[in-house]
Amino acid sequence: MSASLMIFNVLSLAVPFSVAILLAALGENFNQRAGVFNLGCDGIMCMGAFLGFMVPFTLKAGPLAAYGNLLGVLGAVAVGGLLGLLFALVTVTFRASQGIAGIGLQMLGWGLSGTLFRHFVGGVTGVEGIPTMPIPFLSKIPFLGGVLFSHTPLVYLAFLMVPVSWFLLYKTPWGLKVRAVGTHPRAADTMGINVNRTRYQALMLGGAMAGLAGAYLSLAQAKMFSDDLVAGRGFIAVALVYFGRWSPLGIMGGALLFSIAQSFQLSMQVWGIKFPYEFAVMLPYVLVIVVLALARKARQLGPTELGKPYNREMRF
Amino acid sequence: MNKQKVVYAGTVIVTFSFIAALLVALVLLAIGASPLQTFKTILTGPLSDVFGVTEVLVRSVPLLLVGLGIAISFRSGIINIGAEGQIQMGVIASTAVALALPGLPRIYLLPLVLMAGALAGALWGGIAGWLRARLQVNEILSTVMLNYIAAQIYTYLLRGPMLDPNELEMGSGTPQSMRLPDAVILDYLVPGTRLHTGLILALVAAILVWILLWKTTLGFRMRAAGAGAKAARYAGIPVEKYLVVAMLFAGGFAGLAGAVEVTGVHHRAIEGISSGYGFAGIVVALFGALHPGGIIFSAAFFGVLLIGADMTQRTARVPANMVLVLQGVIILAIVSAQSFLRNPYAQERLLRWLQGLLPAALRSRRGAKP
Repeated sequence: MSASLMIFNVLSLAVPFSVAILLAALGENFNQRAGVFNLGCDGIMCMGAFLGFMVPFTLKAGPLAAYGNLLGVLGAVAVGGLLGLLFALVTVTFRASQGIAGIGLQMLGWGLSGTLFRHFVGGVTGVEGIPTMPIPFLSKIPFLGGVLFSHTPLVYLAFLMVPVSWFLLYKTPWGLKVRAVGTHPRAADTMGINVNRTRYQALMLGGAMAGLAGAYLSLAQAKMFSDDLVAGRGFIAVALVYFGRWSPLGIMGGALLFSIAQSFQLSMQVWGIKFPYEFAVMLPYVLVIVVLALARKARQLGPTELGKPYNREMRF
Repeated sequence: MNKQKVVYAGTVIVTFSFIAALLVALVLLAIGASPLQTFKTILTGPLSDVFGVTEVLVRSVPLLLVGLGIAISFRSGIINIGAEGQIQMGVIASTAVALALPGLPRIYLLPLVLMAGALAGALWGGIAGWLRARLQVNEILSTVMLNYIAAQIYTYLLRGPMLDPNELEMGSGTPQSMRLPDAVILDYLVPGTRLHTGLILALVAAILVWILLWKTTLGFRMRAAGAGAKAARYAGIPVEKYLVVAMLFAGGFAGLAGAVEVTGVHHRAIEGISSGYGFAGIVVALFGALHPGGIIFSAAFFGVLLIGADMTQRTARVPANMVLVLQGVIILAIVSAQSFLRNPYAQERLLRWLQGLLPAALRSRRGAKP
């Protein structure tokens, strides 16, 4: 196998692999920019993956079968937004400790998706999933066409979200509000910005994106659902936000780095290079810890009020 | 804390638990199960006979040990989500030591095996503590990642180096280790049941943790570091050091729980041995108000829940994953209630809102009270 074909294999796998963590991390970036650390991202992804799978699975034989995938994706976005709302209620209104509440939300989403799946579906069943949609002309470009332009529509959407979320954060009044309430909520409040409302909005948007990320996993990547489909990708996404220094472009870089490592490991197995399977699976998680250790100097770049509930009535 | 305050705090927590129960009831309705019937089965089913009670206690032993460790870490200001992995590390180390030294008399081997488990868990937890203290790596993320890593190491060892040679011969290929030597098997407390002496060990551990946290300098410093890192630092307490110590304790207790599970219940390392005890331990610790006395009761309570959930899976066909939903909702409810109790303004606002709901006649009477 020629070297260029090997690189092609790795890269064309890496692009779709990066989508779930990219979408979830871009969403988490909105949360963290607004000062809320949402560890429940993983649980939201589980619920998104479940609904993304469940809706087309249920509509398979009915009159709405043609819209199954679309409705599944919309359902995942909606449930993600709702869980974001629940998390906002707990951490913004009740001002609960965000780290522990996030673990609670993760257990809730993980357990609920498993419970509903076992009740309504039972065993392993596939869905048709979202077909790939090569972009005309662009997909014909040698090498790049296969790597970048021969995927499902959600892949293009995810990479489109990188400039969109950059624009939202840095070029719109709403983005300024989000960054303000994450950096100096009291000053923002004094300037008439509704801190809690902005945090609610950011959490719902982040949740919706995590839900979409989940739907991508079940509908486009695996074309099935199981309890361990998400497998901690939500936590990896949270770590990516640190690694990407709270910038959409940095997050994209991190997501690609992770997925290249993952697809490289898969390709190595295909090429017949033997090493225990378990160590291959372990790799991304080890990488997260290394990345977090390396990213510690970036902390000053992050939202300064990350993880601190805001109470406008509290005096110092 | 005066009596009125305790009653008030109790009411708030009960209210939030009630909301949590309502949420779970909604889920149960969605899957077509009767909420009342299911709750009744979960809460009373396991306690209907002696065997059920002993099974509850068998489950509460690891919950108690893990919960104690998590309470130490939470009190010291470091959040340990990694008990699941620390349990597995404890199982591996204790099994390896027991299988490596089968000839040793019980009096040496059993303590050695339990200590090996605790040590392995402590080291696994200590990694996260060290990463947080030295490199400011968020401990929640690192412990979660260490869980996934530990799970892979565990499966690798069980399917490879530690696999029972008999399994290879018979070709059944169940990933499990050889049976432990009799010298390390814990005695049964009630004949004919699985209840083992690990229960006594766990109760003693609870007393020791209480002494550690409230009667020793080390415990005081750890709690000080957790209550206010800045103030503790001004008082000359090296906060970072105590973060690592707290994680060593937390991991140690989880590792011990693993060692007790393998010597008391399964008698060999099997797949899925930690079965969610690491996550349930977080809920147990929070539900027990991070106090050993409370944790003893909440470990027993969650023992009932775990067994009850198994029963509903069989009788009412409610999937056992339901327990995770229950735990998640309880965590959300507890942390909400706690921060509500810490916030006088929110309480005042709620009181005003409630007064607004009351009929006018009652309102004037309540309004007279400041």
